Amino acid sequence: MRPKTARLGGVLAAGVALSLALAACGGDDTGTKTEGGSTGAAAKSVKIGFMGDLTGKDAGIVIPPRNGAKLAIDEYNKTNPAVKIEFVEYDTQGDPSKAVGLAQQAIKDDKIVALVGPAFSGESAQVAPVLEEAKIPSVSASATNVKLAENGWKFWHRVLPNDGVQGPGIADFIVDGAAAKNVFVIDDKSEYGKPLADAVRAQLKTKGATVTDDSLDPTESDFSSVVNKVAAAKPEAVFFGGYYSAGGNLLKQLRDKGVTAKFVSGDGSLDNGLIEGAGAQNAEGALVGCPCYIATPDVTDAKVKGFADAYRAAYKAEPAIYASEGYDAATVFIEALKAGKTAAEDINQFISTVDFAGVSKQVKFQPNGEVEAKDIYIYQVKGGKITLLGKAAEAKLG
Amino acid sequence: MFNDFINQFWPSTIDGLSFGAIYALIALGYTMVYGVLRLINFAHSEVFMIGTFGAMFVPFAIGVDSALTGLALVGMIVLMILAGMLASAGTAVALERIAYRPLRKRGASRLAALISAIGASIFLQELFALVVIPNVFDRPERGRIQMGLPQFMERTELFSIAGHPVRADQVLVIVAALGMMVVLDRLVNRTKIGRGIRATAQNPEAAVLMGVDIDKIIRMTFLLGGAMAGVASALYLISYENTNYYIGFLFGIKAFTAAVLGGIGNLRGALVGGVVLGLVENYGAIFFGSDWKHVISFTILVLVLMFRPTGILGESLQQARA
Repeated sequence: MRPKTARLGGVLAAGVALSLALAACGGDDTGTKTEGGSTGAAAKSVKIGFMGDLTGKDAGIVIPPRNGAKLAIDEYNKTNPAVKIEFVEYDTQGDPSKAVGLAQQAIKDDKIVALVGPAFSGESAQVAPVLEEAKIPSVSASATNVKLAENGWKFWHRVLPNDGVQGPGIADFIVDGAAAKNVFVIDDKSEYGKPLADAVRAQLKTKGATVTDDSLDPTESDFSSVVNKVAAAKPEAVFFGGYYSAGGNLLKQLRDKGVTAKFVSGDGSLDNGLIEGAGAQNAEGALVGCPCYIATPDVTDAKVKGFADAYRAAYKAEPAIYASEGYDAATVFIEALKAGKTAAEDINQFISTVDFAGVSKQVKFQPNGEVEAKDIYIYQVKGGKITLLGKAAEAKLG
Repeated sequence: MFNDFINQFWPSTIDGLSFGAIYALIALGYTMVYGVLRLINFAHSEVFMIGTFGAMFVPFAIGVDSALTGLALVGMIVLMILAGMLASAGTAVALERIAYRPLRKRGASRLAALISAIGASIFLQELFALVVIPNVFDRPERGRIQMGLPQFMERTELFSIAGHPVRADQVLVIVAALGMMVVLDRLVNRTKIGRGIRATAQNPEAAVLMGVDIDKIIRMTFLLGGAMAGVASALYLISYENTNYYIGFLFGIKAFTAAVLGGIGNLRGALVGGVVLGLVENYGAIFFGSDWKHVISFTILVLVLMFRPTGILGESLQQARA
């Protein structure tokens, strides 16, 4: 008995040491996070959260809006306002069930007054009712599922048009801009990918294009059965509704099998991960539609350029997908604070009246939480980089 | 629909065979460990995952970014397979030493070993996502994002069947996998170590009495199973050119299914199970759409087990054949 207890004691000691070390790391982390809020001891501060997939497999499209939101808040805190903002991050890894737990933690423990996010549609559908009950306003910079706006939620908003606008916009571009009449549409069965692909399918059919369907499982890495179907259908264009991690693999396997059809996808695939997954040579010419506006290096608009320069200086990276939307989403709350609204319900009240020129668009919300502006942009991979081709309604392939 | 089947028959067959070969190689690890220990090594999926990163390390360290030809290409393939084998076999042996042996020595129940395996599996996944990929592969903050391999093997068409091209990398996967399986089959059936493995599988107590060093045999079993998963991981990487920290999960489940389908504990059964699973998945997808792929493969598994509970070829590693 004695040696066993001794060993147990050893294990316990090791465990305690480990958790202490972890706690120390955790302490460090919050230390840097709260730095902005706690410099002036007397200054009042409120907590604003950011929720999304920060370390999961599709984090590539969530880190830019996080950076954008943080940039807006840092700029605001630097002006020494009466009420400072403490920026708190909640990493869901894209898992809706994790997101609900984090939302409860944000409401009960952290007492946030507003939330930027959740980033994805699946987690938004789960988290929004929780926020609704707690009366905490949220503005998502990237969730595009149409149904989110149909729940009568009073505290939920998004700062970009939904897939009901994105899907038809992309379909119009496929038929008019890219001149494809025979299109193969693939979705990833997700809360985001399937409705988007369905919207594209419906609009393609009304425009008289031939549509062939299939779906894939994004957790797999082999899509050969889908690719064989595409090869047999000989389409002029392939549309994929899903995220870039599967999109890159799919594009690569299509090109490996000699399918040269134009590859078109939606905002979930607008990330360098698409190029990395497919290989630069395979990704060349790939088209991605997005309701987002990316500040590319060649912009002339002073406001956008100013944002892009500040972003570059802060993060040593080009502003990528949703960075400007993240900035605008955070700006919505900043405007509310500037107007002296510091309680969650007052902020929400203020959001319904907000109307300002953001980086990505004129920001003004409808009563159901949708933003008024409805532009869809088409991007193209050129020379291993994502470049802006133009608005979906006007863009043409050369 | 039947027309679709005729159109897509050959490409589906080739894909089914090359994927089936990879499933079969991984399934060998499950089947050998089960044969000897009566234990499902659920951490075997991570053995495969680590193999892909071992193989990835070779082109990463050398800095390959364009197509290779001739001797350089052959050398690269051989090096990647060796690195994959080393990483996988090393992981498998370490797993046995750390996660299983202490439990076995204390006579813990198989359930305890199963939980230990699942724990080891989660630990290894997170270790790669949080530590190895960001640091070793120089991808800070991108540990959970899929990692691509620059294409170094051109997608050359070797020959075509009924107008459908067959690529060099697909042939490489099938031929190399079959070659490794023949080697393993010989090893188990013809050598002294193989005899030890079979003896332990049949009756561990009698084997000890006959002077078989059981710890050594178990270590060898994990080593061989790991090495086979390593070959599979290198072949997968050469053909699909990407990997991530959670890649083992689906491959593990599929390979385990292949092992059960063919008859768990049976080496040749793993081959049959892998190939059948690969083909059925691809053929089924033609008829019902790719989203029904998993449903079809698991329905087949259930049907086979209803009529042949020990799998297509039965459990033979422990049957007297020496």
